[in-house]
Amino acid sequence: MALSTERLGLFNADKPMENRITDLGPRHFWQYFPPVIQNNYGKWQYHEILEPGILVHVSETGDKVFTLRCGGCRFMTVEHVREICDIADKHCDGFVRFTTRNNIEFMVDSQDKMEALKKDLMSRKHVSGSYKFPIGGTGAGVTNIIHTQGYIHCHTPATDASSMVKAIMDDLFDYFQGMTLPAQVRVSMACCLNMCGAVHCSDIALLGYHRKPPIVDNEVLDSVCEIPLVIAACPTAAISPTKTEDGKKSVKIKDERCMFCGNCYTMCMALPLSDLEGDCVTVMAGGKVSNRISPPKFSKVVIAALPNNFPRFPETCDAVKKIIEAYAADANKYERIGDWAERIGWEKFFEKCDIPFTEHLIDDYRLQYDTYRTSTQFKFTEAAWNVSKAVGGID
Amino acid sequence: MAFEPKEVQKELKYEELRIYSDEELNNYTEEELKDFKIKHDIPMCEDLESGPWPSFVADAKREALHRRKLADDRMLIERDVVEDLLGQLELSFEHGETHWKHGGIVGVFGYGGGVIGRYSDLQDQFPSIAHFHTMRVNQPASKFYTSDYLRSICDLWEYRGSGMMNMHGSTGDIIFLGTFTEQLEPIFFELGHKLQQDLGGSGSNLRTPSCCIGKARCEWSCIDTQDMCYELTHYYQDELHRPAFPYKFKFKFDGCPNCCVASIARADMSYIGTWRDEIRIDHEAVRAYMGGEIAPNGGAHAGKDWGKFDVQKEVIDLCPTKCMGMEDGKLVIDNKECTRCMHCINVMPRALRPGTDTGVSILFGAKAPILEGAQMSLLTIPFIKCDPPYDNIKENVIEPIWDWWMEEGKNRERLGELIQRQGIKKLLEVLNIPPMPQMVREPRSNPYIFWKKEDVPGDWDRDINDYRSRHKR
Repeated sequence: MALSTERLGLFNADKPMENRITDLGPRHFWQYFPPVIQNNYGKWQYHEILEPGILVHVSETGDKVFTLRCGGCRFMTVEHVREICDIADKHCDGFVRFTTRNNIEFMVDSQDKMEALKKDLMSRKHVSGSYKFPIGGTGAGVTNIIHTQGYIHCHTPATDASSMVKAIMDDLFDYFQGMTLPAQVRVSMACCLNMCGAVHCSDIALLGYHRKPPIVDNEVLDSVCEIPLVIAACPTAAISPTKTEDGKKSVKIKDERCMFCGNCYTMCMALPLSDLEGDCVTVMAGGKVSNRISPPKFSKVVIAALPNNFPRFPETCDAVKKIIEAYAADANKYERIGDWAERIGWEKFFEKCDIPFTEHLIDDYRLQYDTYRTSTQFKFTEAAWNVSKAVGGID
Repeated sequence: MAFEPKEVQKELKYEELRIYSDEELNNYTEEELKDFKIKHDIPMCEDLESGPWPSFVADAKREALHRRKLADDRMLIERDVVEDLLGQLELSFEHGETHWKHGGIVGVFGYGGGVIGRYSDLQDQFPSIAHFHTMRVNQPASKFYTSDYLRSICDLWEYRGSGMMNMHGSTGDIIFLGTFTEQLEPIFFELGHKLQQDLGGSGSNLRTPSCCIGKARCEWSCIDTQDMCYELTHYYQDELHRPAFPYKFKFKFDGCPNCCVASIARADMSYIGTWRDEIRIDHEAVRAYMGGEIAPNGGAHAGKDWGKFDVQKEVIDLCPTKCMGMEDGKLVIDNKECTRCMHCINVMPRALRPGTDTGVSILFGAKAPILEGAQMSLLTIPFIKCDPPYDNIKENVIEPIWDWWMEEGKNRERLGELIQRQGIKKLLEVLNIPPMPQMVREPRSNPYIFWKKEDVPGDWDRDINDYRSRHKR
């Protein structure tokens, strides 16, 4: 039965509950597995990365599946998805898969098919020159950046996502197509602290951040927001009730208590925070989710603020590159960025990455004590000599 | 079929479902695309068309051109929705601020989630995106598709929506980006009736669960991640569609401790496959790795010369528990000391494999920083066997946790925050489990124990006169 073309399709606005089907859930996964996956489900023995972006998995049945991983934009149009379908139909019997990190995976069951597919993928370019399906994102390299909506669809962002990701991946393209790093580097991007992308455990995390307290829209606040909920939404108790000169109920903000989390704006549209100069990019590093060797770790703030320099964020791109290059030059094989920073000491991380250490990087929130160093084990770096000089300890 | 769906799956054939003809689908040439200018001036957006990485702007422009060339009656929302989106994006770059309004409650009848209302605050300038609502479509577990399904989705979404989407959103859904209120119900009806496909979660609901690739194409998965994800998503449809929780709740299923879907960082309830017997060793393959016949780590480091593989340095010395060694030229593992970090298995996948007595570890409470700071999940259930339909997990773990959270959780309090507010002790009570040292990195260093009356011998009601009989004021 064809998809409907009438304006309201099968929906009868006069009887909205008529013929309503609910709670169907997702479709079943098994029908979407290509035969080689169905036949070898649970029987895979090992895998190999044949070249960056190309994996072979070998089953105990002797079957092999070759996977070509391509970078994808999370934002894509139906035109792009149709092209993906064309490729899937041409080479993969109509099957395709997407990864958690927005990559596209095409699978075939022989080396010959793999070579043909590879050639096809690399030949497809947008008219402006960028690859449509660059192959890469495996092993000790940089894979696709997971990210959030930004200006494309979100009402709370402190920066844009798709543009920043495009700019950074252009810069890191060789790392996407190579496997030259000590271990994988997972870069993630979220446009505000809500972190719908959950970037807080990434090797490198880029975070949009507001830096100006909310503007209070006294005119409408009481009519569009629940004042007690707004007050309760503030984690630092910076918001209190007040009355405007003309007697309207509203709230006031204690600016010095604001940490710019934006939770009040989430609760109340009359408290916008965004600002051309105030909003910035915060860079975090050293997190991971894998349990391999060391436990999962949070990313740490290493650069408090870089400018929202649209559309290509040159300062942010440079910072990411600097961290990756220092890491590539110095870390041991298998060491993630966080493991490396912990081994050499964070003081050395800042020295080697040539990133200035500022007071903003020292925690002053609730669990700050957990980050205090209460030991005489430290390394001398320029930052340390500066303290010694400042107190007259050395010349 | 190795796994059966809950209900018979309608076979979807694009040839039967399609809206657009081949001619309509191929309605512009590469030359036209090269010369194509959208109706707004977008120099900053166009700057993002160059460079090797796939350009979302270049992609958006071809959809814009495609829509321009479709006949008037071949789409139900505005033709230039893509052009207006790019126009507004350009202006957002200029202003350094988003131009989407806050909120807007829209949805489909009977559901409290799955649709996110969105309106432009520049409706006069960009009328085609005046409404730009999102719909979340619940993806099949681990995101395998057929082109028949995807093409059908594309036709539906181009006809009734913007033709722009996310493959996929962070939580895992297919995201339909941008349609008008009028089309929400018709799209929902088409999805349900024609494609046998439901929406995903949003709001204070169970959010769309997601999982790693699992046993479908990974040798390390200890559990059937897709099946667990499918079963629990279906079983808890009510919780997914009808908000009854204090805030969002996420399930994520990782097949092994490598955590490819990042459940430990993102899920209120993280399911991570593990094993309780011994790592399987193929000694011959170990020797092949040592002899340099097989590239370590599946060839992940092939881009740089790291020197000859050294099993001592690269595996044994990096083992976090130092439970491995060579004895008489043979690799030995003291499995009871192993914490299953996966490093040795990752390095020598052909030689070492997870055990076969498998189950999941369940951890609770991960979340992003809002509000009390980011949290990772707390190891709570060390090991639980998981066989379909997973009743032991539903009845003994999920439901008691939800009952507690729904009873005690404050508005917009995630489970991880409730655990912190009421303590692990309360969590033990809720799950009716004893404490174990594995729940903490180390025991407490302060002795401020909240003793309960019943833990202490004698009564807490004491007579001051009795005390004074022994101690003068």
